[in-house]
Amino acid sequence: MQNAALEYDYSVAKWFTYLAIIFGIVGMVVGTYIAFELAFPELNNLFGQYGTFSRLRPIHTNVVAFGFTLSGTFATFYYVAQRVLKVSIAESKTVHGIAKLHFWLYLVLAAWMVVSELMGYTTSKEYAEMEWPLDVLTVVVWVLWGIAMFGLIGMRREKTLYISMWYYIATFLGVAMLYLFNNMEVPTYFVTGMGDWMHSVSMYAGTNDALVQWWYGHNAVAFVFTVPIIAIIYYYLPKESGQPVFSYKLSLLSFWGLMFVYLWAGSHHLIYSTVPDWMQTMGSIFSIVLILPSWGSAINMLLTMKGEWNQLKESPLIKFMVLASTFYMLSTLEGPIQSIKSVNALAHFTDWIPGHVHDGTLGWVAFMIIAATLHMAPRFYKREIYSKKLMEMQFWIQTTGIVLYFSSMWIAGITQGMMWRAVDQYGNLAYSFIDTVTVLHPYYTIRATGGLLFVIGLFMWAYNFVKTMQSDRVLEKEPAFASPMGA
Amino acid sequence: MFHWLEKRPFLFSVGVFLVIAFAGLIEIVPDFAQASRPVTGKKPYTVLQIAGRQVYIKDSCNACHSQLIRPFKSETDRYGPYSVSGEYAYDRPFLWGSKRTGPDLHRVGEYRTTDWHENHMWEPTSVVPGSIMPSYKHMFHQNADLETAFAEALTVKKVFNVPYDKPGMPKVGNSKSDFEAAKKEALEEAKKITADMKNQDVKDAVNRGEIPEIVALIAYMNSLH
Repeated sequence: MQNAALEYDYSVAKWFTYLAIIFGIVGMVVGTYIAFELAFPELNNLFGQYGTFSRLRPIHTNVVAFGFTLSGTFATFYYVAQRVLKVSIAESKTVHGIAKLHFWLYLVLAAWMVVSELMGYTTSKEYAEMEWPLDVLTVVVWVLWGIAMFGLIGMRREKTLYISMWYYIATFLGVAMLYLFNNMEVPTYFVTGMGDWMHSVSMYAGTNDALVQWWYGHNAVAFVFTVPIIAIIYYYLPKESGQPVFSYKLSLLSFWGLMFVYLWAGSHHLIYSTVPDWMQTMGSIFSIVLILPSWGSAINMLLTMKGEWNQLKESPLIKFMVLASTFYMLSTLEGPIQSIKSVNALAHFTDWIPGHVHDGTLGWVAFMIIAATLHMAPRFYKREIYSKKLMEMQFWIQTTGIVLYFSSMWIAGITQGMMWRAVDQYGNLAYSFIDTVTVLHPYYTIRATGGLLFVIGLFMWAYNFVKTMQSDRVLEKEPAFASPMGA
Repeated sequence: MFHWLEKRPFLFSVGVFLVIAFAGLIEIVPDFAQASRPVTGKKPYTVLQIAGRQVYIKDSCNACHSQLIRPFKSETDRYGPYSVSGEYAYDRPFLWGSKRTGPDLHRVGEYRTTDWHENHMWEPTSVVPGSIMPSYKHMFHQNADLETAFAEALTVKKVFNVPYDKPGMPKVGNSKSDFEAAKKEALEEAKKITADMKNQDVKDAVNRGEIPEIVALIAYMNSLH
């Protein structure tokens, strides 16, 4: 065991951080634009066929999930793994080379994804829209990450894997399994020798396709929006606050519990569909059970702040992280509620669902990634964070945005669900479908405004980050805990 | 035990994998064969309908429209009989959607007509005042990719034994060389649709032997029963 401080190599972590910022802005600008389209439909036809809600929606979801969130995951991974395994990635030329290749191929993939989806190449399966050649490249990128991960693990000096590593490993394995099975497809060109070479048909048909898709779709949420983000919070919150993780046992319970339970819950997307009733019930029950491991992690993080709540007032970084775990609790309570059959009957197909997704993705995922990158900035560049005040403002603007977003979508969703089923005194449907659309205009406007506020916050984040890189307030040595920040 | 496991990354990973793989096996596998059976009388899509389905997917109509009628009176009153599994036996991929920004379309062929779709896709508010749907004018001057549709039909016939060319079922043939025959058939089918349409450019295109996306899409919409 060496005692001298290691010189970590942050090159790949930095690159992925830049990508997280860029994709965060691109993905959410598109998201906000299509949110305004729902409120003001004229916007749909400003860019011909390339500007419609329908063409842009997959780009929004894919860029935020696989551009922004995965970049954030990879950035933090290449930072955290070196530190908790006590090894510098530069110690092995091979592993370092693989990590760089991982980055560049990932960038090619992401760019190709955006262009091909804009052209209309999509399999239609949600969060698996990429056509088969991109799927093949995805597998390559993923395997490269795996080699880098297990390469670093193989070189480690600290023998015991820290909690964050458990979650990164689970992310790697979970996405690999889900992605492979859901994207099984037959390229039509290879069978027939004609037509578009990018085109494929799904290996599964109808109900089976739906079942595999939502086993994937739900767990893509698990292994992209939950598991790696828990990896992030388990490292960055204790580190920034200088507090030890509250409970090892709670970490154990929530990790293994989450791994076991999450995968069962996918069929709650198919309640009252044509999949067998027992599967729907399983999905429903396991969704409720899922509250336990989810809240286990969140409570473990909140209790880590025990006795140090003054930091919440002093540090905007702590604010981001504590509110993130609170949003995680909100979201993981809301999800199970929507999975109860009678609630699902009302909520399914309505705006309450995107509302739920966004309190999780904006409040939990984006907040954690933002906090992690700003924690890393002073360590990357040996400089103080440019402005604390700007970060405070960003925090409050974005929080307001999220609240506007989900509260308007709650109202919209429940209104819509109630109107679809409302009957008059003779038992006839009381509203035509279009009545249930026009009534949503104010809520769509509020939602889009919420999104806009969040995007404004992203620009403040990017500005603060870039200014930190150029700051003249150089640090003598790396800060141990709380990140130093200028006024 | 857990401390021991946390020092052994390989066994740890195996453990995680077993725990996460479990649920999929139990929930997906047992019902797989049962759920693949078509209801009696179900026909696979014609080549023109597949071309339309590809247009539907290309423009992500499924982002706002479901194709799944749930077994509630409020839904069967609005959209028709609730959906059953065997109706989807030839749907690769399935197109249930997850959001109804617009209404369900699983049985839209029962109550909307060719000319209604023509007007609606050109300018939605002309038939549904207050509609927030985009207009899809590009579908009127952009051609559907019939070759790829044919390739898809041939692929599912060969790989998944979809019963094309059986008595009473749509025809596709056995190889690349059958494309011309399939195209001729698709054009015949397309002419029946354009007979009910008013856009002269679209009619002219079909007479020239082309198939604008809108014609294929309407063929698909009309097939949804």
